[in-house]
Amino acid sequence: MIANDRRLDRRAAIRILLDNRDDLLLVTGLGSTSWDAASAGDDPRNFYLWGAMGSAALVGLGLAIAQPKHRVLVVTGDGEMLMGLGGLATIGVQRPPNLAVAVFDNGRYGETGMQPSHTEAGVELVGVARACGIKETFEVSDEMGLREFAGRVHKSATTLFARVAIRADEPARVLPPRDGVYLKNRFRRAIGVE
Amino acid sequence: MSGRAASPPSDWRDEIFRVLKQSAIAQVGYVPDAGHARLIDLVRADPEIDAIALTTEEEGVAVAAGAWLGGQRSALLMQSSGVGNCVNMLSLAKNCRFPLVMLVTMRGEWAEFNPWQVPMGTKTAAALELMDVLVYRVEHADVAAETVAAAIDIAYNGDLAVAVLLSQRLIGAKRWLK
Repeated sequence: MIANDRRLDRRAAIRILLDNRDDLLLVTGLGSTSWDAASAGDDPRNFYLWGAMGSAALVGLGLAIAQPKHRVLVVTGDGEMLMGLGGLATIGVQRPPNLAVAVFDNGRYGETGMQPSHTEAGVELVGVARACGIKETFEVSDEMGLREFAGRVHKSATTLFARVAIRADEPARVLPPRDGVYLKNRFRRAIGVE
Repeated sequence: MSGRAASPPSDWRDEIFRVLKQSAIAQVGYVPDAGHARLIDLVRADPEIDAIALTTEEEGVAVAAGAWLGGQRSALLMQSSGVGNCVNMLSLAKNCRFPLVMLVTMRGEWAEFNPWQVPMGTKTAAALELMDVLVYRVEHADVAAETVAAAIDIAYNGDLAVAVLLSQRLIGAKRWLK
């Protein structure tokens, strides 16, 4: 870890995004962003992916289309987003107004030994999102920028995409439930569709 | 181009579309295939169905999971080659027991012109079964709609992943002009 790294702390960042979450539904990607969400407190309206790498934003898309009265936030990592990069094109075509995708970007594959990801080598996720037709995008590098994005999540009229620069550290894991059937059923019950 | 005549007003593709409507399918993800062209047109034209064009078939497994988390039924249309793209993503359906209905148009079998379609076409059912997806196969037009209806029923009654393979003989082998 670089001394005086002023990038955001991932655990502080998830808490800011979930402050006053109201009707917000949360989908998190394999793996560190799922631990981040669990660290902010488990909630039946959180759907944590423990696998299916590359799926997080698209699970969010299907959910946002199905639940237009709820806000849907996807929080995933740079490696997870990179595996499903074509999904940004799919989302760019649909652009549900209640969907927001936030990528916690530390330029690393955190679960596998902190190997550098493509973003570390210069791939710009916000540029990809914009090129895919997602018009409201955020390059977040500090707390003020993150709070601005968090506010927009609750009132935007179009799909949002944010790249959130976070420190490449490894806070202690906080593991959410990992039984997929349980996570699915309690989520559906919590929003009244089960 | 296809040497087939245009689809008659009500053929098995229209019947499958009627089944999707009757079964309250609200989202349809698809990667285009000539065999699905009419069904895709019908889905795209229907104001009650969200038609979601995918860049790769595995995206559709994830979209279907999200749709069901939100209480909506979906179907996923693809060509047999796309099944191979879905294998790891099917762990999402299996782990969480998400209902999943895949309608797969077959290539690489009956009178196939393009040998590059054959490796995946001959292993499509095996790849699905490897991931514990139930496989129904349709060879004749008169049972296409009822097979899709049965697949939707078992998928949503049993929280299961089901694929209906629409055979190349049913669809008609793609004809190529030299």
